[in-house]
Amino acid sequence: MSNLEHIKEFKDLYSSKIEGIDSPDFVQEIRKKSIEAFTSKGFPNRKNEDYKYTDIESVFNKNIHKVTEPRETEVKLEEIFKCDVPDLDANAITVLNGFYYSPNGEMLKTFDNGVIVGSLAAAINEYPDIVSKYLNELCKDSKESLVSLNSAFLQDGIFLYAPKGAVIDKPLQIVHLMMDASDIMAQHRNLFVFEQGAEGKVVICDHSLSPANFITNSVTEIIAAEKSNVEVIRMQNEHNESKQFTNTFVKQRKDSKVVLNTLTLHGGVVRNNVFVDMIDEDCENYTYGLYLADRNQHVDNFTYINHAKPNCVSNQLYKGIMDDEATGAFTGRIYVAKDAQKTEAYQNNNNILLTDDARMRSKPQLEIYADDVKCSHGSTSGQLDEDALFYMKARGIGDKEARMLLMFAFAQEIISKISIVPLYERVHDLVEKRLRGELSRCNNCMMNCKA
Amino acid sequence: MLKIEDLHASIDGKEILRGINLEINPGEVHAIMGPNGSGKSTLSSVIAGRDIYEVTHGKITFDGVDLLELSPEERACAGVFLGFQYPIEIPGVSMVNFMKTAVNEHRKYKNQDPLSASDFLKLMREKKELVEIDSKLTNRSVNEGFSGGEKKKNEIFQMAMLEPKLAVLDETDSGLDIDALRIVANGVNKLKTSENATVVITHYQRLLDYIVPDFVHVLYKGKIVKTAGKELALELEEKGYDWIKREF
Repeated sequence: MSNLEHIKEFKDLYSSKIEGIDSPDFVQEIRKKSIEAFTSKGFPNRKNEDYKYTDIESVFNKNIHKVTEPRETEVKLEEIFKCDVPDLDANAITVLNGFYYSPNGEMLKTFDNGVIVGSLAAAINEYPDIVSKYLNELCKDSKESLVSLNSAFLQDGIFLYAPKGAVIDKPLQIVHLMMDASDIMAQHRNLFVFEQGAEGKVVICDHSLSPANFITNSVTEIIAAEKSNVEVIRMQNEHNESKQFTNTFVKQRKDSKVVLNTLTLHGGVVRNNVFVDMIDEDCENYTYGLYLADRNQHVDNFTYINHAKPNCVSNQLYKGIMDDEATGAFTGRIYVAKDAQKTEAYQNNNNILLTDDARMRSKPQLEIYADDVKCSHGSTSGQLDEDALFYMKARGIGDKEARMLLMFAFAQEIISKISIVPLYERVHDLVEKRLRGELSRCNNCMMNCKA
Repeated sequence: MLKIEDLHASIDGKEILRGINLEINPGEVHAIMGPNGSGKSTLSSVIAGRDIYEVTHGKITFDGVDLLELSPEERACAGVFLGFQYPIEIPGVSMVNFMKTAVNEHRKYKNQDPLSASDFLKLMREKKELVEIDSKLTNRSVNEGFSGGEKKKNEIFQMAMLEPKLAVLDETDSGLDIDALRIVANGVNKLKTSENATVVITHYQRLLDYIVPDFVHVLYKGKIVKTAGKELALELEEKGYDWIKREF
């Protein structure tokens, strides 16, 4: 199937399954504009500089069922899915194949401090005033065709609303699950709104629970109003037959602080885009990523940090360990606008390649139009330090253990940024297991498939 | 304890050691001196098992075992310790984790159970006091940001933790001020027993004021060209190496 035929397939699917859904006008409007945008853009091919290293076209060029309605689940998810972070004291909610999954029928939960958490589909109907104000605001002008595709089929996902001054005391844990006997593509949309002075932490866990081929197209919008404080950690742990595309948009207002941390432990093809827009002064943004890839896995991280106003600080650090024939890419862009004086913006990408066949392509980029800024960018790709290995061996530490210590030390710099202690400890263990080769993509799944 | 016989070693095809013979017994302190480029550091690296050097001839036995057959980590566990001339910084690996792993690998080698966390910390505390190392240093990553003196003290601390039978200290005195030199030398002296042996590789006689050797060897052009008592060190200090160079 050619790109054009494939675009037509989505267009037809939109006409037959989405157009007729009875949704409020603002949602219909978003979908309508987005299917037009998607149709004109098509899938990015590798001639597109930003997609040079990840072949989106061929991923979508397969006959795969596109999920457009919630799955009737005959199994109880809570019985087959065991969370990787059992000690995390969090409010956990689940999205199954793109749709909110509630074990007890409750679709939205409102807390005493006014915080609302739950299904985006339910929120669209129950809180149209809030949702219409923010939904699609950050991505309406995105040139990413997968974002347009997501918006065209926009139905459900997670809605999180923290009103002015609200502090979300327990982290919100969102578990995105993919499960089906046959190959499927699913899309979901998350909208997190932190009003003035609101604070909260969100943990997103991406998992696959059955061995089929999966494509996930995920879009998350994060609105951080004045003086808000937000941390979003994403743990990607899907199997090798999965393709995962995530687009995360962040808009920051004055004095806000946002920390993003993307930990890719497993996945077939993973592409994460992060777009941060600091549109007021005195914002802080920290964007981190860790990716551990082996076999034929492919992980591509792309960031765009926009310093539109003066006195903002941003720091990006992405680190990766590539084994076997794994391939990876990092493209980081810092944009400093003309009047964004006193900007501090840093970016670093470090990689360890464990084999001759592993590949990493790194493009750190700065685009600066102001003249009074502190900015730096850098990238390294190399092997484990032979001198350090010998030093450890000379103290009696065996080759395997010495390598392990070095790799773990390398990864630790990212893990240590996680401020949720039980999660930090668990990730610590998961990364150690992953590096030791003990963490199978299936060990959190009781189905014991062989994928 | 250690017996080196007609040892030849080269790096990138260039022969550095050209027939070393050396025997070290328990309770002895040996000093190896010699001008730059004579092969002193190569000798210590070959003993420790650095694989960039190729042993082309000869043998090294340690307690009757062919040392050259052992991996660097096996040599360490068997009781060979190399004090590095330039200790390596390992960012992100904490001293505690590093030492705990090393101590427990030694214990595993001897079929002993790993130390409990509290026993390990107690051992660390004792050894830190013994070698007068600042307790803050052990809270940091291995050698990261340490001064030259702190790195060398840290080598002696590691030696204290691992209790080797044979310690080879490669230019441990280089870059040390007189106070640090005294602390390092005191550490070595305190760790000395009738069961273990020390090889001190040095440029200068100064260290030997503190660590008194039983034997002084002069290494030149990859061979031990002279062996005598501690008075040889004084003679070298006074006359330099030129007279030896002239002889060979």
